[in-house]
Amino acid sequence: MLSAIAHTALATVAMAGGDGSHGLPAGEPFGFQVPIPPVVDEQSFALAAWMIWLPVISAVLCGIYATLGVKSRLPAWTTVAALAGSFVIAVMTVSKLDFAKPVVVHLFDWIDLSWSSGSGTAGDQWHGLRANFALYLDGLSAYWILFVTFLGTMIAFYASEYMDEDKGTGYCRFFAGVSIFLFAMTALVLGENLIMLYLGWEGVGLASYLLIGYYYKKPAAVAAAKKAFIMNRIGDLGLALGIYLIWLEYGSLEFGVLFAALQSDGATGAGQYDGWAATLIPWCLMLGAFGKSAQFPLYVWLPDAMEGPTPVSALIHAATMVTAGIYLIARTMPFFLMNKASGGHALEAVAWIGGLTALLAATIAMAQYDIKRVMAYSTVSQLGYMFMGLGLATSFGACYHVLTHAFFKALLFLCCGAVMHGFGGQLDLRKLGGIRRVPGWGVVCWTMLIGSLWLSGIPGTAGYFSKDEILAQAFITEGTGFRILGWIGIITAGLTAYYTFRVWFRVFTGPTHYKPDESHGQGGHDEHHGDDHSFHPHAPGIRINLVLAVLSLGAIWLAVGYFVGDIWGTQVWIKNAIENSSAGTGLQLMPAGDHSTLLGFEPHTAMYFISGTFGLVGLTTAWWLHCANRKSADDLRTWLTARGWIAWLPRAMENKWYVDEIYIATIRFPLWIAGQALYMFDRVFVDGIGVNGTARLPKIAASLFQPLYNGKLQGYATSMAGGLALVIAWIVWVWMRGSV
Amino acid sequence: MNDVAISLTQAGEASTMVPIATGTIQIVLLVSAVMFAIGMVGFLTRRNMILMFLCTELMFQASAIAMIAFGRMHLNPEGQVFVIFILTVAAAEAALALGLVVLLYRRKPTLDAEAWSELKEC
Repeated sequence: MLSAIAHTALATVAMAGGDGSHGLPAGEPFGFQVPIPPVVDEQSFALAAWMIWLPVISAVLCGIYATLGVKSRLPAWTTVAALAGSFVIAVMTVSKLDFAKPVVVHLFDWIDLSWSSGSGTAGDQWHGLRANFALYLDGLSAYWILFVTFLGTMIAFYASEYMDEDKGTGYCRFFAGVSIFLFAMTALVLGENLIMLYLGWEGVGLASYLLIGYYYKKPAAVAAAKKAFIMNRIGDLGLALGIYLIWLEYGSLEFGVLFAALQSDGATGAGQYDGWAATLIPWCLMLGAFGKSAQFPLYVWLPDAMEGPTPVSALIHAATMVTAGIYLIARTMPFFLMNKASGGHALEAVAWIGGLTALLAATIAMAQYDIKRVMAYSTVSQLGYMFMGLGLATSFGACYHVLTHAFFKALLFLCCGAVMHGFGGQLDLRKLGGIRRVPGWGVVCWTMLIGSLWLSGIPGTAGYFSKDEILAQAFITEGTGFRILGWIGIITAGLTAYYTFRVWFRVFTGPTHYKPDESHGQGGHDEHHGDDHSFHPHAPGIRINLVLAVLSLGAIWLAVGYFVGDIWGTQVWIKNAIENSSAGTGLQLMPAGDHSTLLGFEPHTAMYFISGTFGLVGLTTAWWLHCANRKSADDLRTWLTARGWIAWLPRAMENKWYVDEIYIATIRFPLWIAGQALYMFDRVFVDGIGVNGTARLPKIAASLFQPLYNGKLQGYATSMAGGLALVIAWIVWVWMRGSV
Repeated sequence: MNDVAISLTQAGEASTMVPIATGTIQIVLLVSAVMFAIGMVGFLTRRNMILMFLCTELMFQASAIAMIAFGRMHLNPEGQVFVIFILTVAAAEAALALGLVVLLYRRKPTLDAEAWSELKEC
């Protein structure tokens, strides 16, 4: 009872504004005294808590298995069962959810603080920080949790076969990592406040670090894990500052309270919160999102993260974790809209950085030979599209692309993983070919074709529809250079089709040839030692094929669901979910051109033809260069490299535009120099002169008297007696002088 | 005790009224100093641990004699009280020291103090 009163009091405090100086005014026009009433229905939503707890239990069990030395597939089945349970509960929860009424499910009190200046007068300023461990269920979190838990289950099932070579401690460690990841991801997506979101945010970063560095005996994997962690720290700093500024400005971190405040503000458009902090909040959040979702300039960690086991790449670095940045911006969209309303350019920056990252990553992907890296750059590129969608104020398009991308990119990664697994760790598309005709590879070949078609945005696929939602919006929303951005996106779509099918044609068509990776890059394939003649690829087993088939069906379902939207309701359902959540609220504020057209047609209609054409052109180019006439690809390369004025282009693309090298030269090297200088200062002045120098003084003094300690008892006694004699002589001398 | 107290007061007032002749006390103190010197010289010149120990006892008792002499000079019983303590402690210490000598002798069958000089620092 007491705590209930305290809560009510604190809620009032929180609503009254954390800080009087730039908190919320009590009067009109803000209806802040009446926040969104969260419908807390413990009866029908009590089960939702298990969405978070099941992965935790699974992680703990995997740890116990590791200590018990379990050598079977028990950790995999535990994880799959827990994640499947999470998914079932998610389905049950979401089916009961009314998107118009967000629900808060309270798990336990977590952080609940309030304080004042303590003067006890009426004008006392009260500050409060409340962050309960609670779930915020609305359209956005429901949408996210469904595909996160579903793909988590599928990929854990796939990994149960993929990780077979590591059965034992490594197997337990892997599945414990996956479970921790799923726990953190559910906390991130379902968190009721920004603190819980931050907990999940850091948790997925940790899980990502642990799983990228899974092959910890391999230096490249360890370096990649550290790189991912450090790049993410830069982004996380932005998120942490953003959360702090939000608390400073609005006095609360709970979504319900914040959205109520922002909605009332947005409706009036009064722009009351346009102080420096409010202007800075979207930029800070953006930095966090760009770090986690691998956007320029923080994207360089994602391609290196492919050092982890492929299921991890599929789950964390393609389908779920990297979409956390999209989720963050979709969730905090009202802050961006308010920035827009008060004349800021945060949303335009999101769109432009997204669009440019999409183009940059696509050009790099065109010239890579490692098929997993092609897919990694493709992920960066597609995430760029999603940010472009958010910046163009079509959060439906962005979130829809998140879903379709999660399916087809997870599928593509899992196919690459199957190839790599079966061909002795080989990932170089120059050393693989015609795998279509190797017995047992049919499922991988055709599911990868589906994934490639979907990624390329070939007409009729889900990727085509979701991408067009975003691209067409570029010709509708008013903003700085959004038309140019739209064309950048269209060109990127053509490049996407080219590099995707470059991989598929090279690996699956043409004359059959393959050899294992000499370096045996990804551990656990040691049984494949030997030359080409003795090497026998092993085709994927039933579990890998099953997962690939299910994901392909999911991708197909997304495409068909778009066509028959009214019957199956996929698209309508998604639109309903997104636009009733914080991601969609207030988007009507975005100005749209009066007669927005694209080449004289309505943008959405025109985009179907334009992006479809670009996709098909890309596909055809890839077919010509990498399937029908492979010699022409070599000729093209020779022709390009022979000409001085253009020769830099293929080299720069192969070398990732030297972005890593530029970072090393401009950031890492100066920091290294500074570090060395400080190290030398530390060694010479602090350690050498300061600490050791002081320590040497007593030693020098001691060495003067050292000879006295000769171990001869009489020697000691003599010096003692001598000393005593001196003391007596001195006393006598003083006494004699005094008496005279 | 009353007499002693009065004497003390008188002794404080007039230095001529000492209860013991200055010459006598000088003799006693001389005995003490000679004893101490013998002990010290013995300690410094001998290598036999038991003899060295006896010399320390000699110095000890020399200081006890000096204490009694001064106590007598000031008509103060505390000097004698201290000597009783010193004797007790010396007895305990003698037992301990001789025990140590026995233990050392078991390690190395010699009484020469030089034999243990490797215990020195550095």
